[in-house]
Amino acid sequence: MRELLLGNEAIARGAYEAGVTVATAYPGTPSTEIIEQITRYPEIYAEWAPNEKVALEVGIGASIGGARTLVAMKHVGVNVAADPLMTFAYTGVNGGLVLISADDPGMHSSQNEQDNRLYARFAKIPLLEPADSQEAKDFVKLAYIISEQFDTPVMVRVTTRLAHSQSLVELGEREKIKLKPYTKDAAKYVMLPGYARTRHVKVEERLLALAAYAEQTPLNRIEWGDRSVGIITSGVVYQYAREVMPTASFLKLGMTNPLPKKLITEFVQGVDRVYVVEELEPYLEEQIRSWGLKVTGKQVLPVVGEFNPELIAEKLLGQPPVEVYQVEENVPARPPVMCPGCPHRGVFYVLNKLKLKVTGDIGCYTLGALPPLNAIDTCICMGASIGTALGMEKARGREFAQGVVAVIGDSTFVHSGITPLIDVVYNRGTTTVIILDNGTTAMTGHQDHPGTGVTVDRQPTHQLDLVKLVEAIGVQRITVVDPFDLTRMESVVKEELAAAEPSVIIARRRCALLDKPADLKLRIDPEKCTGCRLCLRLGCPGLELRDKKVRINETICVGCQLCTQICRLNAFEKVGGQNA
Amino acid sequence: MPNPVTNVLIVGVGGQGTLLASRILAQVARQLGHDVKVSEVHGMAQRGGSVVTQVRFGQRVYSPLIAQGEADVILAFEKLEALRWLPYLKAGGQVIINDQSVDPLPVLTGAAKYPEGIPEKIQEVVPNVVVLNATELAIQCGNVRAANVVLLGVLTRLLGFDETVCLQALAKTVPPIALAINEQAFKLGMAAVK
Repeated sequence: MRELLLGNEAIARGAYEAGVTVATAYPGTPSTEIIEQITRYPEIYAEWAPNEKVALEVGIGASIGGARTLVAMKHVGVNVAADPLMTFAYTGVNGGLVLISADDPGMHSSQNEQDNRLYARFAKIPLLEPADSQEAKDFVKLAYIISEQFDTPVMVRVTTRLAHSQSLVELGEREKIKLKPYTKDAAKYVMLPGYARTRHVKVEERLLALAAYAEQTPLNRIEWGDRSVGIITSGVVYQYAREVMPTASFLKLGMTNPLPKKLITEFVQGVDRVYVVEELEPYLEEQIRSWGLKVTGKQVLPVVGEFNPELIAEKLLGQPPVEVYQVEENVPARPPVMCPGCPHRGVFYVLNKLKLKVTGDIGCYTLGALPPLNAIDTCICMGASIGTALGMEKARGREFAQGVVAVIGDSTFVHSGITPLIDVVYNRGTTTVIILDNGTTAMTGHQDHPGTGVTVDRQPTHQLDLVKLVEAIGVQRITVVDPFDLTRMESVVKEELAAAEPSVIIARRRCALLDKPADLKLRIDPEKCTGCRLCLRLGCPGLELRDKKVRINETICVGCQLCTQICRLNAFEKVGGQNA
Repeated sequence: MPNPVTNVLIVGVGGQGTLLASRILAQVARQLGHDVKVSEVHGMAQRGGSVVTQVRFGQRVYSPLIAQGEADVILAFEKLEALRWLPYLKAGGQVIINDQSVDPLPVLTGAAKYPEGIPEKIQEVVPNVVVLNATELAIQCGNVRAANVVLLGVLTRLLGFDETVCLQALAKTVPPIALAINEQAFKLGMAAVK
């Protein structure tokens, strides 16, 4: 039976059919749907881990314990998991382990464009790159065979365009895979220097064996066509190139670490001119060139951004961009915005009003950097806000620190905000941290985490108490505030900034998409509104400017009343008011 | 190179239901025996940003992406987005516009102006344009959120798809509780164009 599946759904299906019994991840676009889809299969234990390093460590335990295991994350998640990954490459597996790296060329929803194929090479583990949903499923299944045959974790790298594209997939049955027996083997699993030295030798031997495998696996195939032009490519980019150059010869690489040197040489020698068509880094190109083979790649193709068929046609075939319909008109940009009733809006309004320096983090609240709130100065990676604020204090002194706050979401705080907060306390910082606790991992689509008290399969579990946790770290100034109460929010922020010790403010209110903040209607009295636009500084999509006065868009407004609190003219009125 | 693939670009604003519409369309194309690829937008762009979903179907589809100047149809859930994505339309292609505006943030705050007369301006350069108010038709059916299915009705009529197959795909994709309203919305959409 063929079904239309998202790349990520196909990966989940592949894990199911391969007999996987443990799957773990931290949500991150474009990888999130993999674990969400796996929860459809009760045969597989699935979990959200607090971060990617923990996810991989749980995966490693499951693998050593004998189970086929899937670990999924977005590209920057592999940075977090890199520490266990590099050593797991030495120990190898018991039950097969597949690590999905979902990369994001074009940065549709990421802070960088890193090419994680380099991680596979760095870790010396096999790397597979599927080109559509069918291959995503097939390659995941094959990855388990490779993992167990060669005693290695396997990375399957997809990109946003594959993870979030649907194409047809032939469904299969679940294989009956028995849990492998566990035997204590310190020389394999305890990486003391003495043992690790012997494992490194094994890793090098394994790479040679894998290179031989790469020469004959059907994952790598030549599609001979017109011999005047040859294309070497991998992943979804294959589909673009195939469409643009239907008659050319192709070397489609499904396994891209280690590379099949003989096969590539044969292909290069079999055509007049060779292009290496790959997104982001010249990963294939540099290796191929190092063998003395002549290929063209990044001389003509960009190293920045996502590819598409028209770009390949333009760069390789010299096709000028087609003439298109155009209307002479200034099309205003449509940036993403915080939702109406978003609990973060009030916090950023206050921070902006007080003209504070704000070290930011990864989540919906990163949108607080955009106009009109303009309330974030830095954003580096998950968990960086707190350490960055401490660093600013150490560089510029205590007085400067009184104008700096770190903001971090609840899920992100659990992910990697705890350790830098320990550093603040330990190293006598006075950093003020605001934990924006909206009770979910909102940005990726409302996944649960240890602070929500619910597991991935909606089972109740122990709920992490942020106040007690922060207290245990050694922070003595902890205040829980409702971010909709602007007056109190402002006074608490001022007070905590003035304090000569670390403070944590927990701005707590559920995400507006989970709970409607209030159930009342607002209107603006046009007689009272002077069009001063003060309320528009909230950047709320529920407020619009019409004929120089502000009006409420009733279909969007949820009645959170932030605007009511900042209007100096009392122009906002409740209509048919229920309780707020 | 002849292109045996039909390209449909569905554009709108995050939260308007473009994703569901693309999934139903893909389901229909599949039931009609086509190879299908759909490329979706997730994450950041869902929060009230500009969204685009690409549906491609035909005998064999390689790329999930539609190039500029290659869309057979642009189905716009919002006027400004029709304008934004117009360069993707192929010569002689069809534009379907929902006569609705959703102000982007720069317009809400007075930093930019929402262009006036968008459908007319598009009609000046594109021969095949259908303009309708799907939102009003959806309200007639009893749920403003069914506007996406009204537009889907318009689209399937223009693509000449079989109504029964479409209704089957709808039943497969929409939750049972909302099916009656969606069926009515779909039929209103079909009837809106001749």
